[in-house]
Amino acid sequence: MNMTVEQQVRAFIAENFYVEVSRLGDETSLISEGIIESTGVLELIQFLESEYGIRIKDTEMVPDNLETIARIGAFVARKCSALSGCGA
Amino acid sequence: MSGGVDSSVVAALCARALGRDRVQALFMPERDSSDDALRLGRMVAEQLGIPTKVENIAPTLAAIGCYDRQNEAIRTVFPEYGDGWKCKISLPSILEGDRLSVFSLTVADPAGRQRRARMPAAAYLQIVAATNFKQRIRKTMEYYHADRLMYAVAGTPNLLEYDQGFFVKLGDGSADFKPIAHLYKTQVYALAEYLGVPEEIRRRPPTTDTYSLSQTQEEFFFALPYEKMDICLWGMNHKQPAADVAAALGLEAAQVERVYRDIQAKRRAAAYLHHSPILIEEQVA
Repeated sequence: MNMTVEQQVRAFIAENFYVEVSRLGDETSLISEGIIESTGVLELIQFLESEYGIRIKDTEMVPDNLETIARIGAFVARKCSALSGCGA
Repeated sequence: MSGGVDSSVVAALCARALGRDRVQALFMPERDSSDDALRLGRMVAEQLGIPTKVENIAPTLAAIGCYDRQNEAIRTVFPEYGDGWKCKISLPSILEGDRLSVFSLTVADPAGRQRRARMPAAAYLQIVAATNFKQRIRKTMEYYHADRLMYAVAGTPNLLEYDQGFFVKLGDGSADFKPIAHLYKTQVYALAEYLGVPEEIRRRPPTTDTYSLSQTQEEFFFALPYEKMDICLWGMNHKQPAADVAAALGLEAAQVERVYRDIQAKRRAAAYLHHSPILIEEQVA
């Protein structure tokens, strides 16, 4: 069964940052809830780039794209459609 | 003593409180230190009339692999990085937009041409970990002299640094007393003037003097120049609305809100730096 981007990101965050999955709602703010700090953002970006074969520009590293799991999912979908498909 | 305003004020306070013959000034330059650091540090110590000692920690740092481990991590991003190159780590400006606080690496080749790139997390962590040897070796040397003289080690963080975790655990974060940790940087400058710290030191922008490329504290750690950071931190601590603080600083409310969020994020990240080791008995009780 294929996992959605949101499910994969949630699993990555839970595993990598030692967070209970129950804390990771689609709209939970990963930054202001203290789930991810600045090194964590680097790790998340690395995960997204390697997992989905996308390249994230510095100007795209904004809360609108990365603050919540839902936003991350939408951002990856946009990047992928610009590449006409990717690992997602 | 680094030639900066914080250590100069602490030295002056110690000399006044204890007497100048009961204070030992240490200068601990290394390969990446600016020449100014030693010159200005000496200027203050001479003015205060306190005994001085220079301990060049570069050979120790080289032997422990500080520079090699730093270079190894940098080469994962810039493979050509080597002798004659310089580097620094910096943050995006919080005022330019709502960017996530992610460090980037800037290198300059021997001709001075600069390039900047985002780092893999492992490279970033290794660069910081290797660089932390500098603060920790200094602290080792400070305690050697403290033990030898039966002195206490003075710590030099100001309130901004202490609150936000701008120090290395078991490095510059360690001390027996921290006489200015309750003072905003603006207050440290005022005290410096009162204590007669030379004007050249009071006029110099705060630097980290830690990486080979020169770097201000605001590009490495604090989002704003200290005068504005002080007011934002004071505003947040006193529950002032971001809009009021913004008006006082000539910023937009959204910018101050971002600074407030950044202060809180740094406080969370810094919490463990202040903690004592966890003991089993406390956990069981």
